[in-house]
Formats: sequence, structure tokens, C-alpha cells
Amino acid sequence: MTRDEAFLQFLLRMGDNTLILGHRVSEWCGHAPVLEEDIALANTALDLIGQTQMWLGLAGEVQGEGKSADDLAFLRDVWDFRNVLLVEVPNGDFGRTLMRQFLFDAWHSIMLGRLMTSSDDRVAAIAAKASKEVAYHLERSGDTVVGLGDGTEESHRRMQEALDYLWPYVGEMFASDEVDAEMAAAGIAPDPASLREEYDALVGRVLRKATLTIPDSRFAHKGGRNGRMHTEHLGHLLTQMQWLQRAYPGATW
Amino acid sequence: MKNEWPLWEIFIRGQHGMSHRHVGSLHAPDAEMAIKNARDVYTRRNEGVSIWVVEARHIAASSPSDKGPLYEPSESKVYRHPTFFDIPDEVGAM
Repeated sequence: MTRDEAFLQFLLRMGDNTLILGHRVSEWCGHAPVLEEDIALANTALDLIGQTQMWLGLAGEVQGEGKSADDLAFLRDVWDFRNVLLVEVPNGDFGRTLMRQFLFDAWHSIMLGRLMTSSDDRVAAIAAKASKEVAYHLERSGDTVVGLGDGTEESHRRMQEALDYLWPYVGEMFASDEVDAEMAAAGIAPDPASLREEYDALVGRVLRKATLTIPDSRFAHKGGRNGRMHTEHLGHLLTQMQWLQRAYPGATW
Repeated sequence: MKNEWPLWEIFIRGQHGMSHRHVGSLHAPDAEMAIKNARDVYTRRNEGVSIWVVEARHIAASSPSDKGPLYEPSESKVYRHPTFFDIPDEVGAM
């Protein structure tokens, strides 16, 4: 694998994470339990989609086939996506959506912090811009996880169920392969495994405050970030997200 | 409704040197979330540099039916109004 091939894979992983999570979060638009949360979730979704444009825009550049961020978002099929499985699982209830958001935001903020010192200026610039948005995402999702976890009996139960359901999807964010080794050697991105300690400390602190118990198992679903095996949910998501470009190729407004 | 979050009144300062202005209200479980919600609801188009939130029940308001005794006496006292000075442009917003 050449350095550019690895770089392209890395950029697709970053951009597909934000694209798919941004789409999932946008599904709440008009459906959130209260107006204020509805707007806040839509803002988060828009931030993530804005970041997608930067990551996939750079991916298209590195790929060198003249593809735009839109081409990559709307004209690839399931097996071409490189997002972690965590971001494609269905929203579930509001609690599960916010738990997923928190588990991702915590990783995202640590990752972007490291990427700000990337040897590639373009990566460092995207990370610097995105990290401010993500710092707020993390503050908001973290506070909500604490509020609901340490809330009523029902909200606590739902948050513990959400954590139990989502925890097996956490490990994939810290898996390393030859793409990561190449990126780390080039100083472009950190080895994901090196983020785990900081992540466990951050997540542990918040979940303790939320009176929630982290499951004992370290079993991790995987197959998203290398595209080997996505969940059955991603295809359904893409049929919604991509249908307009598929039905009316090249449509613009 | 008993389960509803309390109502908060939101004040935002648009730029340094200006005072906070009332921009609207929203629901939130506590003051911290009220500030976060205000950030998302009222500053997403770059409107503010500072946010104040006040729980609506803490605001005491004058009664509309008192407006005669409260405000009308000053209508006939034009000499109280500082309208007889020329204010230099350099002073800026007053």
C-alpha cells in the first residue's frame, strides 16, 4: 500500500464517520422530544456534515480522479464506506442517540486534538476548525448523559441499556491496521490504539458521574473502518441519503 | 403541565460595549442547559458574545393596568427629556 493509498483510506474514514453520523443525527430533525433539543441536534448534524465536506473534499483531491466530496458521499455503495459501525447503528430512543453521540464525541475530540499537530498542513487545518465544534458537541452530549443517567429511574434504565448496547461498538475506534501504521509513520495521524487510555479516563469520569456502569466485556464488533463488513443498517441509510442523486443523476438546486 | 421544564428568559449581548438584550425564551432543566440551549437556538447565526439566562418566575413585572399612574405623569414634563443637546457622532451608541 502506497502512502497516498493509505492517506486516502484515512481521509475516507474521517469523512465517512462524520457523514454517516451527521445523517443519523439529522433523522431527529422535527422529531426530537423538545424543540430546544431538536435545534441542538440539527446544529450538531450540520457541523458534522460541514466537516464531511472538508474531509471528503481532501479525499477527492488525494485520490486524483476528479471526484468531489458530493461524488464520494452520494455515488459510493455500502462496501466503499469506511466509517466505524458505531455511527451507522439506528438511533433508537433519544437516550441511545445521545449515548452514541457522547461515545463518538469523546473519541472525536481526542483524535482531532492529535490531528492538529499533523505533519500534513491540510489535515491540521481541518482538525483545528472541527475541534472547536466538537468541543461543544462533547460538552453537550456529556452533560446530557449525566443528566439522564443520574436522572429518574426510567431515564437511568434507558441510559444503562443504551450503554450496554453500544459499548461493543467502542473498540473499533481504537483498532489499528496497516493504514494506521502508515499514517503514524508519516506523522499524519496517531495510531488509534494510542488514544485509548485518554478515552477510557474521559468516558469513565463522565459515566461515573452519570451513575452508569461500563460493561465488563472488551468484545468489539468490527468491519466498518476497513469496509469488510458493515451492519445491515448502512444500506438502508444510504438508500435514503442517496436516492435523489441515484434517481436524478447530477441534479442540483 | 407538571413534567415540563421551567421557562427561561434569554438575554444576549450582540457585541462588546452593547448591553444585553432580551431575545426570547426557552425551556431547560437547569441554568447550564438553558445557556447551552440559548447558544443553539439564538446564536447560531453569529448573533452574540455573551448570554444571560434568568428563570422566568424570578422576573417581577409591572402590571399593564397600572400604566396610567406609572407612565402618564411624565408625558407632560418635557423638560426632563435630554433632547436639547447636540450629541457628537464620535460618542457612538448611547
